Amino acid sequence: VSGSRDLERYAGLFAARTKVMKSSAMRDLMAVTARPEVISLAGGLPDTSSFPPDTFAAVAQRIAAESCAEALQYGPTEGLAETKDCIAQVMAGEGMHVDPEDMIVTTGGQQVIDLVAKTLIDPGDVVIAEGPTYPGAVPVFCAYEADVVQIEMDGAGMRVDLLEQALERLDREGRTPKFIYTVPTFQNPAGVTMSLARRRRLVEIAHERELLVLEDNPYGLLRYEGEPLPPLYKLDGGGSAQAPGSAGRAAAEFVMYLGTFSKILSPGIRLGWVVAPPPVLDKINLGKQGTDLCTSTLSQLMVKAYFERGRWQDYVESLTDSYRIRRDTMLDALAEHFPPQAEWTRPAGGLFIWATLPDFIDTTDLLARALRENVAFVPGEAAFLDGRGRSSMRLNFSGSDEDGIREGIRRIGEVVTEQVQLYGTLTGELRVERVPGGEVVPMPTPAERERRARGT
Amino acid sequence: MNASRRVAVLKGGRSLERQVSLRSGARVEDALGRLGHEVVPIDVGADLIARLREAEPELAFIAMHGRDGEDGTVQELLEILGIPYTGSGVLACSRSIDKVLAKHLMLEAGIPTPDFFAFNETAFRELGAADALTAIEERLEFPIVVKPSAQGSALGIRFARSPADVPAALVAAFSYDSRVLLERHVAGRDLAVSILDDEPLPVVEAVPRDDEFYDFEARYEIGRTDFVCPADLPAGLTEAAHELALRTYRLLGCSAFARVDLMLDAHGELTILEANAIPGLTETSLLPQAAEAAGISFDGLIERILELALARQPA
Repeated sequence: VSGSRDLERYAGLFAARTKVMKSSAMRDLMAVTARPEVISLAGGLPDTSSFPPDTFAAVAQRIAAESCAEALQYGPTEGLAETKDCIAQVMAGEGMHVDPEDMIVTTGGQQVIDLVAKTLIDPGDVVIAEGPTYPGAVPVFCAYEADVVQIEMDGAGMRVDLLEQALERLDREGRTPKFIYTVPTFQNPAGVTMSLARRRRLVEIAHERELLVLEDNPYGLLRYEGEPLPPLYKLDGGGSAQAPGSAGRAAAEFVMYLGTFSKILSPGIRLGWVVAPPPVLDKINLGKQGTDLCTSTLSQLMVKAYFERGRWQDYVESLTDSYRIRRDTMLDALAEHFPPQAEWTRPAGGLFIWATLPDFIDTTDLLARALRENVAFVPGEAAFLDGRGRSSMRLNFSGSDEDGIREGIRRIGEVVTEQVQLYGTLTGELRVERVPGGEVVPMPTPAERERRARGT
Repeated sequence: MNASRRVAVLKGGRSLERQVSLRSGARVEDALGRLGHEVVPIDVGADLIARLREAEPELAFIAMHGRDGEDGTVQELLEILGIPYTGSGVLACSRSIDKVLAKHLMLEAGIPTPDFFAFNETAFRELGAADALTAIEERLEFPIVVKPSAQGSALGIRFARSPADVPAALVAAFSYDSRVLLERHVAGRDLAVSILDDEPLPVVEAVPRDDEFYDFEARYEIGRTDFVCPADLPAGLTEAAHELALRTYRLLGCSAFARVDLMLDAHGELTILEANAIPGLTETSLLPQAAEAAGISFDGLIERILELALARQPA
């Protein structure tokens, strides 16, 4: 007799695309990171504890009083017009002016990645992504059996020169990528931001080759320093005024834009959106009908009521102030506790720092050691589909308070130092060079490198 | 059917094999339910003693793997509480989880096991053991397998194909345990003999589907390894594997059940790699497969394990 939990009873029925990419080692380790005694710098969690409960209550009260029946009902697949107006306000906050007609409200930003892949990818099709890429996109690309080509990054984001080389190589193989997936601003996991020159060049390449780009921008409003850069969507002409007599705004030609309320309001309400050229948007709409008919009406009305209640920017500003302190705390702790052979990015916004260790340290194994000290991070291999990233780690600074960050980094620094010393003892030297032509290493800024070299 | 019992199923915990353990535990709970027992599932944590005292089980089924569950720790606690438990006792668990100790015992007893050298971190940090690496490498010949002494699953096990690979492989292995071993790699067929109540079950062979990419993880992944049971072995080798496995089981003092992993090399020689005091009980695990091949259903296996635990109960 076998029970309903027995995998073997169903194994023969599973589609090939259900095969996961993550190593079993990493899955085993990540299962332990959720335990309460573990300081987890592994998550990507926004800090929802600072959201005012009064506001939540007022929003819920207002929906109950004014739109109870609507909130409990299905809605249009593309989303409620009022919610789209809120989204237009958010995009205007980053300098984009968008026609609500060119937009679909989705169940979180994650659904956009899924729907775009569903719309564009046949098994074996090429998708271009950054290396490292958003770990949450990896299972999506796997599910649609995409062949993902990852382009190295440095401190100025995706190496667009290497992208061109990769595109030429694919040309020679007779393959055309279906789309380029990028998080240009405060990238997850690398924390780096694509320079303006590269943004312009990427949009040019998209035009020259008629390639779609999916710009994933969850963090653009979480900037802790410096001046905002124009999103790819805007550089591609998205939101520019159309011909005289036309009321709306033009959609970008090749850039599809992914936004989300997860990082500026709440991930729990599961609300994101996609803006795309109308023919693509129509197909995405069909895909969404098949997936979930419509995005939660209740969540959409919550956003509407929340935006009507006051300046939505205030909460974003309070988050920004809090995350800036946490980022600085983590950077200071890294400088204090990580050995000189380690390097890490210095993000100007977003939620993550990407640290790279000497190549003799495998961060999946290191996580096992770190878990004995009750601290966790995401091993770099999670951000690659090709086995790279094994000496890197993603560190989240938004989801822990300052004491947690300091203590977490102290513990990780201790086990890293321990392994560096052990390796030095084993080899009789402290090697710091990397595999030739090897890993993606978003480098620290020159100033920071110098600062660390001076030991200050 | 026997009398209905209140059985606490201990699973999960903070071992790195938590995930597998949760699956083993869930499957055991299902079987116990079908057998008419009252099941008290416990994800083992800081409140273990309190929960056991509250539940007052007649018996604890330990479905934990790796640290805490398989190393004698939980067994010791259950002894203190006077709760009978499944599987091997404290001493056998302590011996089995410690590959270095187990291999030394095998050597002493004349049970073939691959040549090895073992070190703790102190040896490298304070006693200059690194200077001995070259001599070790010459003695063992490449490739060398580097593994943590006390890690139950394949985690932390590395091949070193040349001297340059050894330091990083050691750093990886030390991530899991403060003691590691360097072992001669035995190329050949990967066999497992499960033992139930002092009787060896049919031999299981793990056959990798893709030799190029075969690694220690593969055998735990559905679709990457085929299992053949009973293994198709040359004449006499099944008996030899059974005998060696049983000797190992007795040497370590195991009781009720265990799984012994062996290699069969190109010359037809068998060597023992290790013994597992609490082998996996998931749908892909080898003990249930071997039991099935012997005509013992999963429920039958679980019932036998319960009976053996109760029979061992001191009067």
